[in-house]
Amino acid sequence: MKIFNRLDFTRHPFYATVLVFLAVVTVMLLSAGSGEFPLSPAKVIAALFGFGDEFDRTILVDFRLPRIIMALFVGMALAVSGAILQGITKNPLASPDLIGVTAGASFAVVLFLTLFSDENNSLTVSIQWLPLFAFAGATITALIVFLLSWKNGIAPFRLLLIGIAVAAFMHAGTTVWILMGPIYQASQATIWTTGSIYGANWSQIYIIMPWVLLLIVISLLMRRQMNILELGDDIATGVGSRVIQNRVLLLLLSTGLTGVAVAFAGGIGFVGLLAPHIARRIVGPKFQSMVLFSAGIGALLVLIADWIARVAFAPVEVPAGVWTAAVGAPYFIFLLMTERKKGGTNA
Amino acid sequence: MLHTNTTRGWGIAIGIISILFLMSASLVYGYTNTTWHDAYLAFFHPTTSNEHLIIRDVRFPRALIACFVGACLGVSGAIMQSITRNPLSSPSILGVNAGASFFVVVGVVFLSVQSLQSYMWLSFAGASFAFLLVFILSSTGREGLTPLKLTLAGSAITALFASFTQGLLVLNETALDQVLFWLAGSVANRPLDLLVTALPYMIGALLLSFLRAKELNVLSIGDDVAVGLGQRTVWIKFFFGVCAVVLAGSAVAVAGPIGFVGIIIPHLIRSLVGLDHRWILPYSAIGGAALLLLADIGSRYVLMPQELPVGVMTALIGVPFFIFVARRKLGI
Repeated sequence: MKIFNRLDFTRHPFYATVLVFLAVVTVMLLSAGSGEFPLSPAKVIAALFGFGDEFDRTILVDFRLPRIIMALFVGMALAVSGAILQGITKNPLASPDLIGVTAGASFAVVLFLTLFSDENNSLTVSIQWLPLFAFAGATITALIVFLLSWKNGIAPFRLLLIGIAVAAFMHAGTTVWILMGPIYQASQATIWTTGSIYGANWSQIYIIMPWVLLLIVISLLMRRQMNILELGDDIATGVGSRVIQNRVLLLLLSTGLTGVAVAFAGGIGFVGLLAPHIARRIVGPKFQSMVLFSAGIGALLVLIADWIARVAFAPVEVPAGVWTAAVGAPYFIFLLMTERKKGGTNA
Repeated sequence: MLHTNTTRGWGIAIGIISILFLMSASLVYGYTNTTWHDAYLAFFHPTTSNEHLIIRDVRFPRALIACFVGACLGVSGAIMQSITRNPLSSPSILGVNAGASFFVVVGVVFLSVQSLQSYMWLSFAGASFAFLLVFILSSTGREGLTPLKLTLAGSAITALFASFTQGLLVLNETALDQVLFWLAGSVANRPLDLLVTALPYMIGALLLSFLRAKELNVLSIGDDVAVGLGQRTVWIKFFFGVCAVVLAGSAVAVAGPIGFVGIIIPHLIRSLVGLDHRWILPYSAIGGAALLLLADIGSRYVLMPQELPVGVMTALIGVPFFIFVARRKLGI
């Protein structure tokens, strides 16, 4: 990482963020151009602005773009959710999927689809309520995990251990609900457990987009509270910060972001762990720059994973979650090996 | 608490009787209404009636498989907890089940494996690979092997293998059809041939570990003391590691990945018979068999008329237990 040292992005987080989002746009263009009918970047741009072939436009707008935009928002949501979670628990190994929040959201999604579908396998309520349900599932699960791991504070490793157990419980519960059916598009229920963006459509994007943008903006507005929390509870209380209240608010932000991501893309694992780590290495620990940068990295990770998922073994899809796990799990073990026991403090 | 060897001996006898009772119950209870008398007739005055067929050809293999797989998982968990000195060790937590499943799927997809015998070997290979990998990975690093690192590394390896397995199955749909029934972790609808193939390995590993269980006691006093007393701890660990892997591997080969039996049973058994592994191991076998038989009978009633995979049942029972142990027994 010598080149990063020389450039020292910690002092110029703005340029770093611009660069990472340029990379995001590039990957989006390349991904939009590849597939069974390859299009050059120029053609893609032309089609996007309404020029070019009718045929090109149909492929892009109806098939490829929804997935790519969905990957963008899901990646940003998971990354920011992980960044907030790592901050409030002061636990570098925390991420929504590792502490069971993702599993709780998946459970709620499957519950939603089971409860509100009729014999014709169609939904009896609007799908717009789905993110809210996922959010509730994520929040309740997070509270259960925090409560169960509370013992004079929350030791980082205990949080993970309890999270893993609760995730196993939620997975078992999800299986029970799927078996109980009738379920709206039974095949779709399995998508959430694998983590895939296969089958995204525009109406879903209109639901996820405002949520993700709103929640990220709120997280940025809470940057001061976040930075103060990083200093430790004593100092934070000393400077007049309402520690517990802030932490609960931030936790809700994190579970909200996980909820919307899971509602449409399922449990794409390890993005919430990887992105904040990469971001801290490159732009440093200051929350506002770190969070924006991790949003970019998260988007990149999911975009690339989905791109590979779509193209590598075409016409077969290998779910995006497989690729993020292939990178994320070894990295998690690496962190585990280098982590000191006192690496995190009690939260 | 069973204190004397006499009471412990009687305990074993009672345990075996309970297992036989549970196996008979497994023949009688379920969606198709049958009575104990039917079960008796099905074996001693067989007819071709539907009830008799179900008892003989569906429920009987199922009861046998639940019994042996449960015993293997229980003993494997007890051994793993002892050699890693970690109260949370068990085949599912350390990634052994996931490793075995992954290797079997690789075999089916790339090597077009069909025979039951090769399922066994692949499963052994995967189980040992995962166990070694988790053991080595969590031993390196600043603080060496701690129970927590072992558990967390195990769950990361599980996540990795599980997602690779999923990826491979998506790529190859015929393989999916061949192994999907098996990946669910269930003792229902398994061919009895599978159990017959695995049985020699299961019984061999069970007997060997029972016979040498005394050596496990040495490990519990700590490596330094044990070495000082002239014990070759590395050799003991290796021997029992192989036993644990063979037990877990053959259980996975027969029933697919079933979690949490190996973690619940040894804890209950230790509070019942104390810390002597000469008693812990046989009791764990009985306890594991009883738990899996019970969970399997229960799994027929939860979603009547549908059945729950027994792995889901054991997870629902096992998770609260796991959390209890994590909070009580680990100094974290």
